[in-house]
Amino acid sequence: MTAYLADVRALAHKDLVLELRARDTLPAMLLFVLSTLVVFHFVLPADSSALAAKGLLWVAIVFTALLGLSRAFAAEREQGVIDGLVLAPSDRSAIWLGKAIAILAFLGLAEVVALPAFAVFFSGIDGPTVAAVALADLGICAVGTLLAGMAAASRARELLLPLLFLPLAIPIVVGGVGASVSSHTTKYLGFLALYDAVFALLAWASFEYVVTE
Amino acid sequence: MIRARGLEKRYGDSRVLRGVDFELPRDGFLIVTGPNGSGKTTLLRLCVGLAAPTAGELEVKLERGRIGYLAHDSLVYRELTALENLDLYGRLYRVPERRERIGMLLERFGLWDARLTRAGSYSHGMLQRLALCRAFLHDPDLLVLDEPYSALDDEGVVLLERELADRRATAAFLVATHDPERLRMQATAQLSLA
Repeated sequence: MTAYLADVRALAHKDLVLELRARDTLPAMLLFVLSTLVVFHFVLPADSSALAAKGLLWVAIVFTALLGLSRAFAAEREQGVIDGLVLAPSDRSAIWLGKAIAILAFLGLAEVVALPAFAVFFSGIDGPTVAAVALADLGICAVGTLLAGMAAASRARELLLPLLFLPLAIPIVVGGVGASVSSHTTKYLGFLALYDAVFALLAWASFEYVVTE
Repeated sequence: MIRARGLEKRYGDSRVLRGVDFELPRDGFLIVTGPNGSGKTTLLRLCVGLAAPTAGELEVKLERGRIGYLAHDSLVYRELTALENLDLYGRLYRVPERRERIGMLLERFGLWDARLTRAGSYSHGMLQRLALCRAFLHDPDLLVLDEPYSALDDEGVVLLERELADRRATAAFLVATHDPERLRMQATAQLSLA
């Protein structure tokens, strides 16, 4: 277990260092989420309800995550590095977990900027919304990293990832919007937690088959 | 160490390998030759476990962590330095005395002075040397090398030949090459793919 966690740590650390040097994912995510919120600010009529605005927040989060996920395995595609990682004796799910942790960090940082921006443009952010965003992030990164790994092996990866990811993100949006606007907050947060647990387990167990023939 | 019988690999309608038979004993050195597109790289990928055969039998009596693989690509991150790349692989392969071993390999392959330079700034020859360091890092029992002399200058060739000679007693070799004459002295068998 210690060795497994050491592998995950080494792989996640490597992704953070790569992003720190290349700076090609996080700045794009930040710019995208801020631009989207500005566009929504002007698209939404002035007398619209706060509920409608909350819905748009979830649209912005899901598409920002998609942008980050589309770059998730970019470094591994260059120079065939994914083959090097797959051949290492470590458990291959460590590749998924390390990558998911790095994507979670990028998405979290994007939201640290996006949520206050949302509060400025639309309405305040309450506790249940923050909790829903945190739980949704876990699910997005768990499922999204698996799908990004699948798409990376395909020639039509730019097309494949949204087609695979968006249908699986629907429950996240349902849970997130529900927790943000409904009075049954606990029920929706529980739903998101259940989604996270089930899909994280599935992704963890199946990643080996995604990166091997 | 490796035994293949009637090995076949197809990608869709295209048959890349057909009816390949060979055996590589623990002290063997097998050279794989053949023209471009004859399936040399595919055969090596099958042997290291990066691809699965479509038909036939392939038995590799070795854990994947004991195989050192040199591919066409260097399998290193361009944004990481040579030291960081080898450190990452050293951790994943649980190499004992990792730092000392990495330092020794970088020194031996003439990359010590460029150890803090990002791999993306390396020339093809330097990348090949770094890829060789990566393949040798965990002191593997089986070395699977795809065109190891590719992009190496004269000094690099000498370094590689010295390394192969040093490891000949402790590892088996499966080497795809367009230049079998270089390895004729070490080889125990040759497999020609049509």
